[in-house]
Amino acid sequence: MTAESIRVRGLVQGVGFRPTVWRLARACGLRGDVRNDGEGVLIRVRGSAAGDDAGVSGFLKRLYEECPPLARIDSVERRPIADPQGLADLAQQQDFVILESAATAVHTGIVADAATCAACVAEIRDPADRRHRYPFTNCTHCGPRLSIVAGIPYDRARTSMSAFPMCPDCAAEYKDPADRRFHAQPNACPVCGPGVWLQDAAGQPLDPVVLGVEDAIAAASRFLADGRILAIKGIGGFHLACDATNPDAVAELRRRKRRYAKPLALMARDLEVIRGYCRVTGQDAALLSAPAAPILLLDRLDSGGTDRVETSADDAVAPDGFRCALPDLESGHPGLEDGFRCAPPILRCRGAPPWPLAPDVAPGQTTLGVMLPYSPIHHLLLADWDRPLVMTSGNLSEEPQCIDNADALGRLGQLADILLLHDRAILNRVDDSVVRVMAGEARLLRRARGYAPAPLALPPGFEAAPPLLALGGELKNTFCLIRDAQAILSQHLGDLEDAKTAREYERTLALYLDLFQVVPEALVVDLHPDYRSSLIGRDRAARDGVPLIGVQHHHAHLASTLADNGWPLDAGPVLGILLDGLGYGSDGTLWGGEFLLGDYLDFQRVAHLKPVAMPGGTRAILEPWRNLYAHLESAGGWAAWRARFAGLEPIERLDAKPLGILKTLIARGLNAPLSSSAGRLFDAVAAALDVGGEVLTYEGQAAIALESLAAVAMDRVGDGDGYPFARSIVPTGEILDPAPLWDALLADISRGRPPEEIAAAFHVGLATALGTLARDLARRHEISTVALSGGVFQNRLLLESVARRLEADGLRVLLQRQVPANDGGLSLGQAAVAAARVLSNDSVD
Amino acid sequence: MSHGSGGRAMAQLIGELFQRYLDHELLILGNDQALFTPPPGRMVMSTDGHVISPLFFPGGDIGSLAVHGTINDVAMSGARPLYLAAGFILEEGFPLGDLARIVASMARAANAAGVPVVTGDTKVVERGKGDGVFITTTGIGVVPEGILISGDRAEPGDVILVSGSMGDHGVAILSKRENLGFETEIRSDSAALHELVATMIAAVPDIHCLRDPTRGGLATTLNELAHQSGVGMQIREDAIPVRAEVAAACELLGLDPLYVANEGKLVAVCPRDQAERLVETMHGHALGAESAIIGEVVEDPHRFVQMETGFGGSRIVDWLAGEQLPRIC
Ligand SMILES: [Fe+3]
Ligand SMILES: [Mg+2]
Ligand SMILES: [Zn+2]
Ligand SMILES: [Zn+2]
Repeated sequence: MTAESIRVRGLVQGVGFRPTVWRLARACGLRGDVRNDGEGVLIRVRGSAAGDDAGVSGFLKRLYEECPPLARIDSVERRPIADPQGLADLAQQQDFVILESAATAVHTGIVADAATCAACVAEIRDPADRRHRYPFTNCTHCGPRLSIVAGIPYDRARTSMSAFPMCPDCAAEYKDPADRRFHAQPNACPVCGPGVWLQDAAGQPLDPVVLGVEDAIAAASRFLADGRILAIKGIGGFHLACDATNPDAVAELRRRKRRYAKPLALMARDLEVIRGYCRVTGQDAALLSAPAAPILLLDRLDSGGTDRVETSADDAVAPDGFRCALPDLESGHPGLEDGFRCAPPILRCRGAPPWPLAPDVAPGQTTLGVMLPYSPIHHLLLADWDRPLVMTSGNLSEEPQCIDNADALGRLGQLADILLLHDRAILNRVDDSVVRVMAGEARLLRRARGYAPAPLALPPGFEAAPPLLALGGELKNTFCLIRDAQAILSQHLGDLEDAKTAREYERTLALYLDLFQVVPEALVVDLHPDYRSSLIGRDRAARDGVPLIGVQHHHAHLASTLADNGWPLDAGPVLGILLDGLGYGSDGTLWGGEFLLGDYLDFQRVAHLKPVAMPGGTRAILEPWRNLYAHLESAGGWAAWRARFAGLEPIERLDAKPLGILKTLIARGLNAPLSSSAGRLFDAVAAALDVGGEVLTYEGQAAIALESLAAVAMDRVGDGDGYPFARSIVPTGEILDPAPLWDALLADISRGRPPEEIAAAFHVGLATALGTLARDLARRHEISTVALSGGVFQNRLLLESVARRLEADGLRVLLQRQVPANDGGLSLGQAAVAAARVLSNDSVD
Repeated sequence: MSHGSGGRAMAQLIGELFQRYLDHELLILGNDQALFTPPPGRMVMSTDGHVISPLFFPGGDIGSLAVHGTINDVAMSGARPLYLAAGFILEEGFPLGDLARIVASMARAANAAGVPVVTGDTKVVERGKGDGVFITTTGIGVVPEGILISGDRAEPGDVILVSGSMGDHGVAILSKRENLGFETEIRSDSAALHELVATMIAAVPDIHCLRDPTRGGLATTLNELAHQSGVGMQIREDAIPVRAEVAAACELLGLDPLYVANEGKLVAVCPRDQAERLVETMHGHALGAESAIIGEVVEDPHRFVQMETGFGGSRIVDWLAGEQLPRIC
């Protein structure tokens, strides 16, 4: 007898891979077995004669074709089995079977949470199904994973489903390899699984029967239609939800959440609803409908969103202005039935679709962040909605979102009128991911639910990389583990200046080290002395006696782009254009507009934006006008500009500020650090045009406002008509100086050129300057590849115009895709740099 | 002031000047040391070098600051300060008139505090080797029976108080030095706190920690206490007193008042059930009139000092490696 083993590597555990193998092997008439082990899945088949090769090949072809939706096959290796024991085992085998895995050897992969699959959606919609309207329906192809896991091996006992022993029906599904729920750890049904309920903000339960509706979710839908704000417990956290077409509800939500400007995410029942508001390409539709179900930034059909249509009294069944008052509900009840009858049936309350969105949903934005339902709760909740709901994270501005019922009552009780809760604990906060299509491809802006913790394969050359832990940046933090030539990035954790996030960071770190069984041989941190992640790294390295490797911020951005694109370790240097708010430079100054010539191992700063003061330090990040002043001061002196453009609106506006003190700060170098930041240049231009706010409330606000403004006018500004930049060579490299643009920009303002054209001319000018400088540097250094990264490259206009210019010059362009260009992708770059250094036996300090 | 090789005349001039103002009997005795009988009890001793620019500022000068600073360091153990020693390093060419002002101010501060300077020393260094004048003061004091105040005694459940507004001194110095010209003149809070401390421990003997939030401000002091005691601290932004003009200046300069120096304020940590009594006692003293409870000590293996902000978030108020350096990318 002959036999062969087939080794499958990739995302093949915990995703229904073995049952698929089992089913296909039987269908192909193979005999043998399949099991999980430390390297993935091992299939063994017996062949009776030479002719069986065709059977195995046919089987493998179908395995690729019918690979389960959440699985990913990275490689398949076939080799003959020679050892007598193995041959003897297989000789016995008259069938094809699934073997239990040897627990000790298993690196059980934890996969990402996945949106409810079509089969499960069909079940919850089917009145005859035993899971009709059951909010925790899932199967091997969908459902929660990372959000409910406490440890390894990944089985029900180590998830928050351990509190729910399976009923005989569920247990039978779980044990049957032919069932879609074979080894689906969160398997549940109405008999045995978790449940949902409604509470008011005071903690009083609201009984759907008393409310006269089918169940808690139907009641929640009614409350939303009635203009209420709901806190909804979902997969990886809580959402705050309201009717996105109800201006009062949206304004109230913003007021309570104290989130005054940042756009709110939307959820819509299906693609048709989304098409009422946004342009949706085939690529967009596929992204929205994928198991990851991210928030996708889409172009709005109407550009402004300021048109506000008042609800006509005729459209509503309820008397005008009537509100089903919550106190009545709380005090139980007289008037409650009335309250419910008054709620307008959802489909009739406002004219014909699409109803205009409330203006506060995404003020001043040309894009909307939209997602599709990704849990049965959402599918049931949105079933009757042909307009979108606001689904924003359940927190106050600045905080991480709630995951715990008690916490939610305490913190969200003040933000929501009503809470839709459930008793399946969320063990790990996993925020909604955010994706934007730029330069033709989907690019992650926030990598969390649906993506993390799926490993990314490291490029060729990193096979022997030792286990490492890179601790990431300060804001938008993720960390990154290296194991088995793979990079495992944590989900987006957020801003480590926040105490709750910082605690969660350490807890999540411990969880990942456990889940992926990594004992880091070195720790990797940013050079910034005050990043919380750097402090933690320093402490841990000292405690565990492992080396600490510092990686410069923009070098990490560069290496992140390389690793993201599979750039081999020995493929040589590229030119990186790294634009962001700021990062700590290797010379101790603040960088943020950098041209780095480098590979994984090292870099050279060959050019950068001219350093300009940030008067007031962190305050300058919040107040764009300070940067306008500093830039004008740097570009020939404020006094000259003031004289030249006397009376011009932005000059007058600045003149009313306490500029004397800022001048002193700059002159004396007092809390006015010089920075080559590209982000601050955007702030300065936004301030000149008076867009983006006087005091910013979220990162990138002014730059986003500038991009939105420019978006409508990009095609009105010719390729050569952007504002000029100057270049000069200094001993340390080349300087790109924005000084000349101010003359053209202020002259345009005084001439009355429309602000959107000015914003566009700035984008075109910057893209031209960057592209030309990059082309020249590439020639000078004989480089053919340019990588673009840093938070500023979340700007689609800039990214696409720079990339187009570089490609026109025959250069290859590398962009981030699987991890964000912002600091959320930093940890991947840190890990890659450190791995390269360890592999080259270089400078571990 | 000229100094020259001999400098005998100079030394004499300076000697006379010191004797004119610092006229404690032990000092005029003319010995190279002060001789006294220590009172019974535990003694504390502290020393501090004072280097400041400008030498004269609204609310004080280097002379009064050198007295207050050391008295406060002694007093933060709960001690009654007894005596001070002062060492001067003068740069050649330093105006005698300024020196007279400084020494007079020092004497006034010591007299007002009732803590005399009983021994001292003066050295003159060449021009360019000093910065006008440096003053080092050393103080000793005696701790009353039964008082045990130490930075490692903060316990979860304890309450954290401050004796008044934060950031006055640092902003006053900065705005004077850089001639920033704020609308309202901001004055240093420089003051001797030992009498406030005496009334506090008389009312609440079980105070756990006292510290003056000088360099690095409240944030640094709380982090020191949290680390020494192995606890966390939870403070509330809106409970921390900051003068409107100081807050406005800090916003303009981009400084966080929590990291700005004070010279006449203290931080106290005491058991919860004593906190009301303590804050009332402090309110009864001129230097504690604006005292406030700003938060509590909590259990926390991370030893975070965290602050509830106006936005409902909870920000970590960290130790800084150096300057207040922006971190936002
Ligand atoms: Fe960055
Ligand atoms: Mg001291
Ligand atoms: Zn499913
Ligand atoms: Zn069941």
